[in-house]
Amino acid sequence: MERLNYKPQPKPASEQLSYLTFILVAVVFALFFVMPIVWSFANSFKPAAEALANPAALFSKAFSLENYRRLEHVGAGWYVYAGNSVVIAAGTVLLTVLVSVPAGYGFSKFRFPGQGLLFVLIMATMMIPFQSILTPLFLILKAVRLQNNLFGLVLIYVTFQLPFSVFMMRNAFDAVPKALIEAARIDGASQATILRRIMLPIALPGVATVAMFAFLNSWNEFLAALIFLSDQNKFTLPIMLVNVSSGIYGIIDWGALQAGIAVTMVPCIVLFLLLQRYYVRGLTAGAVK
Amino acid sequence: MSSSLRRGRKTAVVHGEPEPKGWLGLAFILPSFLFIVLLFLLPLIMTVWMSFYNWPLLGRAKFIGLANYAELLGDAQLWHSLGFTLLYTVLVTVALFLVAFPLALLVDRPLRIAGVFRTVYFMPVVIGFGAASTLWMWLLNPDSGVFAQVLRATGLIDSAPRPLESFWPALAVIILMVVWKTSGFTMIILLTGLQSISTDVIEAAKIDGANVWSRFRRITLPLMRNSVVLALVLNVTSSMLAFDQFFIITQGGPSNSTISAVFSIYLASFSSYRLGYGSAISFALLIVLVAISAVQFVFLRQRPEEG
Repeated sequence: MERLNYKPQPKPASEQLSYLTFILVAVVFALFFVMPIVWSFANSFKPAAEALANPAALFSKAFSLENYRRLEHVGAGWYVYAGNSVVIAAGTVLLTVLVSVPAGYGFSKFRFPGQGLLFVLIMATMMIPFQSILTPLFLILKAVRLQNNLFGLVLIYVTFQLPFSVFMMRNAFDAVPKALIEAARIDGASQATILRRIMLPIALPGVATVAMFAFLNSWNEFLAALIFLSDQNKFTLPIMLVNVSSGIYGIIDWGALQAGIAVTMVPCIVLFLLLQRYYVRGLTAGAVK
Repeated sequence: MSSSLRRGRKTAVVHGEPEPKGWLGLAFILPSFLFIVLLFLLPLIMTVWMSFYNWPLLGRAKFIGLANYAELLGDAQLWHSLGFTLLYTVLVTVALFLVAFPLALLVDRPLRIAGVFRTVYFMPVVIGFGAASTLWMWLLNPDSGVFAQVLRATGLIDSAPRPLESFWPALAVIILMVVWKTSGFTMIILLTGLQSISTDVIEAAKIDGANVWSRFRRITLPLMRNSVVLALVLNVTSSMLAFDQFFIITQGGPSNSTISAVFSIYLASFSSYRLGYGSAISFALLIVLVAISAVQFVFLRQRPEEG
């Protein structure tokens, strides 16, 4: 309620002026952040001649899927690359959740020797970037025949998603008060019931956060995908974009590139808009305190 | 997993313990532990190990002691790329704070519309560097890009500038793109700090007659020091590891002037297939990064906690 009382009530002139200044400045910034996305998206639906004549125009005279159709002839076709990205992102999300939820539970609700050391070991992954161990990772994947393999890439993404995810899940389970669990146990609830009825509802937002970060990071990852995937038909969307932007015979198909950018970025934006409170929760989890 | 859960319950009930047996917790952690050992610890040790070898992609690896490190010290291109990475890190970090601080102050108000603006500013953060880089390549493209179009339309210029053909303009393009893509992230971190400050403190200072600037400098800034340092650490670390935007937009050019540190690892290991030398560069970069983080954390510890 408090938030809304700016508009309806008449305010002193100075306050109205500062409100107007705020809106004006905020809109200018908003244009800077949002216009590139809108321009690119609008251009992906323009026929080539029109896009070249006036790239800054938002509304096309003729709506066209020409660019998306040309993107079908880039390498193995954009839907193959989108499919690979979906498989990798889904695999990473699923495996990250499957591995980090039990780990968070184990760290939160059990006590055993060496626990602190293990936790530090898993968290250490956050301090040391995967870029610095890429070369041996390449050899390890090659040795187990998972180089140039979508699952191999998933394994790497899961590993580097783990410290954040385990930390997140441990905090989520920590939020379940012990008294609540004991009370349920005294009432005769089974461990399975306690997990399902008490733990799960409290941990679920944590799972959503973990899943969302796993999706966005694996969907957008570039360097490891560039190094570990070598077959044309195994590439992911970011690799496809680079191939389009480096051009065939030095000529860049800007229309097809806009279509490719749209296919790559729109799922991220939609997911973010749907789950933004989990995103902010993830960013600020523990980090600031 | 379900059978071990049931066993956990049995011990709890039989012995009446408040906590299930500890070893069960270990079983829950085991999968994570395996991932970390096999795909993090093992390659980390291998990086150091491989850095003492002449290790081609095909053929036999040969122990060469510190030869890779000796080569690294005399490699002018590598020193240049490290210097460039540091320059880029400083410029990007400063630019990000200059944009993100005003943004955070701007949207730090209890209005629904401020929340909408936060979301809008944050949006590019979720787009990958691949898409963001190719998007800005198009925007700034002299032939069919939006900026060239607008410049031509104003009639001031009839041929748009080609920024990627010389060093500073190319760097400016990259920084502009990175500021666009990531200042929302810094904004959110700073906003968290801003919102942790109790309004009473600010009100008290207002009553004491402190003006806007001195309130910001004497109260707001010191009280949000933790989130400033956090944003600093995160921005410095990620800038030191930058790769995508250079590989995609400048391709290291003009004349190898925008090859970042990670780019030179990529070139050594996966373009020249000198895995040993690539590992030596990786390990050296790792040391530099750890040193930078350590300095930042010492800086964080030294100042007394306020508030």
